[in-house]
Amino acid sequence: MIPWLAVAGLVLVAYGTVAGLFFAPADYQQKDAFRIIYVHVPASYLSMLGYVVMATAAGIGLIWRMKLAHAVAASAAPLGAWFTFLALMTGSIWGRPMWGTWWEWGDPRLTSELILLFLYFGYMALRAAIDDTTRADRASAVLALVGAVNVPIIHFSVEWWSSLHQGPTLVRAGGPAIAGPMLWPLLAMIAGFSLLFAALLLARVRTEVLIRERRARWVRKVVYPEETA
Amino acid sequence: MEVLSMGGYGAYVWPAYALTFGVLLLCVAQGRRRHRRVVRELRARLEIGRGESK
Repeated sequence: MIPWLAVAGLVLVAYGTVAGLFFAPADYQQKDAFRIIYVHVPASYLSMLGYVVMATAAGIGLIWRMKLAHAVAASAAPLGAWFTFLALMTGSIWGRPMWGTWWEWGDPRLTSELILLFLYFGYMALRAAIDDTTRADRASAVLALVGAVNVPIIHFSVEWWSSLHQGPTLVRAGGPAIAGPMLWPLLAMIAGFSLLFAALLLARVRTEVLIRERRARWVRKVVYPEETA
Repeated sequence: MEVLSMGGYGAYVWPAYALTFGVLLLCVAQGRRRHRRVVRELRARLEIGRGESK
């Protein structure tokens, strides 16, 4: 399933990139700089979705003691952290020509997204600090759940407080505030990045399960594929 | 050439895209490296197990 997700994701991203860079009309205010939206919004969206996946999986693992759920949570963390890093960096690159600054301390959207990055780091550091897998799963799950409070804060930060960051483009009352030729590449990029994220996540879960089930018989077959053939 | 300049914003637009795809590739590479390392370690474990059982 991983190759299918990856191929579908790549096709969508290829279309979105070409259409976004070359065929979508320039924004009347931001000119060609607005094209950064096609990488910034998918990265930001997945930085938050990645956290929701991580926290949900961690919660399921905590309540039902499901090992697979903990494996999913542990696998989502590094990916979510990378996408958060991307969201911050592409946002900064976009902010420089539009706002005249790379970074604005105290801006609610920027700060809450930075906190998201630190939550991912904290989650990974906590896991790495505890040798016993079961204890690491439980402790990190609690951290993931507590930190989930930050996700709606990020989303609504531009509405609750005044921010340099522009308001929502897609998820807003009254429908998307963006015209078709600009909108389709964006939706394709979001869908494509999501599929790639899913492929990366599943690949990591596979590795994680292998570690956790290292005493199981079937692992021998995975590690020595040539012997079972 | 006009496309490259991005209406004067080329210095921002292109690095943003390059960074994004660079990080995506990095994610792929990181996952693969980790998988290979884990498989190698598991093999090592199994080798030890085999040695003992003989």
